[in-house]
Amino acid sequence: MFPFSAIVGQDDMKQALMIAAVDRSIGGVLLFGDRGTGKSTAIRALASLLPKMRAVTGCPYSADPEVDHCHCDHCASPKRKSRLVPVPVVDLPLGVTEDRVVGALDIERALVHGEKAFDPGLLARANRGFLYIDEVNLLEDHIVDLLLDVAASGENLVEREGLSIRHPARFVLVGSGNPEEGELRPQLIDRFGLAVEVVTSKDVKGRVEVIRRRDAYERDPAGFAKKWSRADGRLRRRIVKARERLDDLELDDDILAKSAEICMALGTDGSRGELTLMRAARAFAALAGDEAVTLEHLRQVAPMALSHRLRRDPLDESSAGARVARVIERLL
Amino acid sequence: MSNAAPLPSNDADMIRLLLAINPDGLGGVCLRGLSGPERDAWVHGLIGALPEGTPWIKVPINVGQDRLLGGLDFAATMAAGKPVFAKGLLESADTGVLNLAMAERVDAATAAIVAQALDQRAVRVERDGIAATRPSRFGIVAFDEGLEDDERLPDVLAERIAFRLDAASLADAGEVAAIRDAVGRARSRLPDVRTPSAIIEALVAAALSFGIDSVRAELLAVEAARTMAAWRGKSEVDEAAAADAARLVYAWRATRLPAEATDEEQRNDEDDPPDEQDDETRSAGEDTLPDDVIVDAVRAALPDGLLEALAADASPRRAASGGRSESRTRSRRRGRPIGVKPSTDLAGSRLNLLATLKAAAPWQTLRRRETAGSSGRLALRKEDLHVTRFEDNVETATIFLVDASGSQAAQRLAEVKGAIELLLADCYVRRDHVALIAFRRDEAETLLPPTRALARVKRSLAALPGGGATPLATGLDRARDLATSVTRHGRVPVIVLLTDGRANVARDGSTGAEAASDDALKAARLLRAEGFRALLVDTSRRPRPRARELADAMGASYVPLPFADAAKISATVRSNVA
Repeated sequence: MFPFSAIVGQDDMKQALMIAAVDRSIGGVLLFGDRGTGKSTAIRALASLLPKMRAVTGCPYSADPEVDHCHCDHCASPKRKSRLVPVPVVDLPLGVTEDRVVGALDIERALVHGEKAFDPGLLARANRGFLYIDEVNLLEDHIVDLLLDVAASGENLVEREGLSIRHPARFVLVGSGNPEEGELRPQLIDRFGLAVEVVTSKDVKGRVEVIRRRDAYERDPAGFAKKWSRADGRLRRRIVKARERLDDLELDDDILAKSAEICMALGTDGSRGELTLMRAARAFAALAGDEAVTLEHLRQVAPMALSHRLRRDPLDESSAGARVARVIERLL
Repeated sequence: MSNAAPLPSNDADMIRLLLAINPDGLGGVCLRGLSGPERDAWVHGLIGALPEGTPWIKVPINVGQDRLLGGLDFAATMAAGKPVFAKGLLESADTGVLNLAMAERVDAATAAIVAQALDQRAVRVERDGIAATRPSRFGIVAFDEGLEDDERLPDVLAERIAFRLDAASLADAGEVAAIRDAVGRARSRLPDVRTPSAIIEALVAAALSFGIDSVRAELLAVEAARTMAAWRGKSEVDEAAAADAARLVYAWRATRLPAEATDEEQRNDEDDPPDEQDDETRSAGEDTLPDDVIVDAVRAALPDGLLEALAADASPRRAASGGRSESRTRSRRRGRPIGVKPSTDLAGSRLNLLATLKAAAPWQTLRRRETAGSSGRLALRKEDLHVTRFEDNVETATIFLVDASGSQAAQRLAEVKGAIELLLADCYVRRDHVALIAFRRDEAETLLPPTRALARVKRSLAALPGGGATPLATGLDRARDLATSVTRHGRVPVIVLLTDGRANVARDGSTGAEAASDDALKAARLLRAEGFRALLVDTSRRPRPRARELADAMGASYVPLPFADAAKISATVRSNVA
């Protein structure tokens, strides 16, 4: 796995992923933009930045021993144990079939032994973690429907061969894609808390560095990862600290009022935008180690929190990001 | 052991050699052009140069995802009584070469799946109850037989392969020498070949100066240069290899010409005292970036037409973003079956028998046990049912055919533009492609080929001049050509003609209302004969029978503009599409 901290430039993209890691309630990140900008590299690298979580040993849904009421054998057992596990970042590949998304009966056991055993799918594995869709705009509609349905309820229900399985499936969606391949459904876009348009860097030095690091990584992946493990460790500690600090950071009335004003001026639908903006500003402040959430924090995160929520005006040529920037400029 | 074999002198041979040495590192080649003996000979030569037993896997057009990725082997599963999984083509291609036939018609999803495998050097399978990641490193040979500019290998793949060759240029491809052993030796040297920083910098600078945005191009150029060095028995990439690599990898990707002036400035910035007399010795010196050599190499390899097209563009940066991206966008929705999905509701859909049997197969033991006595018969349940998915929404391309002649008074034309703008918002909602043709004086002009960039349509529209005679027939002919081309791309054309119906220029360019009207009616009937859906918006102050008559000849719905609001026209368009 290419280390997160070894990714050259693309600060917005990295920032958005860090923010999503600090506060999962912000709900995911959508990375859209030019090809060859390291979008999927960054998302796959995120996994190693995430602090481990406590989960019931053996539970296929990585249930939280403190909170969850999972019905699997492991959770139901009076002798249940828990351990620290990595936060799952599950890759949803193109060409995935429905049974692998939601889970189905274990084919082998059904066929050979005539037994009914549930074989959990990707949604089960992604519970409490991140679900990553590369080329999100190419994902087939019926799979998107499934995801939206489960994302809304936080629960996956499978009925198969008279067996009925219900399990927790709360995941944060992370997606990447290229708008040239087709546009995303608004319902799906809405699922992403933050969106960043990733643009190619035209800086020679930066690009040379990209190639050097890529080369070093290909030659010796393990050595390269080791070289960057301290930098990754620092980022991980920042995320942990930021999470701890999150609850102490208050949003004063001034910030709340400004958030509302910005969303109003941009005409974003519903309160989701406002909520995301405030949460993202708070996570950003926490990552920065600041004592309070300021207007500057708001300014920094507004484009990624709001640009994908604007009602698209097909005839306005300026990018959504520019429209947000305009409003911010005026109001802050 | 050192091997100082020279590189082949022509590009086709060089590319073939490089791919034989390093297929997965270089991603592959796109062979653009029709098939022929030369192309076959080139391919044969590549196979001959690859190590014995290298997989050579053909991907047929319209390949299903189950074949590509692998999945449950229905027959074998039934026979064995336990799940048997068939290996997919991507996995079979490991250590070898994947052939994409008719690469210009590969659909977006297939292309993206292949691209993901190239990126991850592995195949991720999550299908039919199997979850696996299997390593697979391969290169691609894409046979792109597209004729038109927008028929080509999908960008998502073109981005990831190093080379493109014009199939017609293969005529002079040299004879296949027995190079298999030498290729093997070069392969073993490749891991140790280093690339000096100065070379990387020069390759990056050259890529940027040709408007190549993706870092992947630079990575591929470095890899190509390394492969050349490996062949020549060198442990380090030199300037000549970098120049060759840049020529092969960059020339077909260039979106603009390097700006000479800024290039010069940059070089001067690098050299401390900008001393002109010193220039020659400096560029020969080791510290100087050899990017001028590389840039020249690429420039020399640019196809003639491209060079002019790029040079003609006054603001190259804009060309690199707006224009190009859209012209490269293309949809491959052809209203064909695109897969299967489980569905308990068969109403209006087509049962896919094989998928249904496949879904039922694993549970037979289980079901037989549950319903004792019904043995021997396949136990099918509702949840096994699979239906064939067709492309959900066949895309529409709305062709606006605008009468911009003098009979459309300036104010009227403004209203027409306004009406189109309103319609555009609606096209956006339906995700239509939109094209714009205007006719006036003695010609019809395609202002915009089908695009989804509606802002561009708006811009073209705003810039549309009015005045002059009305070559209605020519306009209709142009619309018919475009609609035919749209159909070829699998979209459904809808022609929206905005005119007052008063033609006064005939097809042959002669003026005269009668001949012009006759020609217009003829052209309209041709449209009808082709079965194109059409809508005529009568823009005259008072609706006239002439326009109505034209609409009838075209088989078009008729809406007079005074009553045409966007919603109404939109509804008409929609009902025409449905």
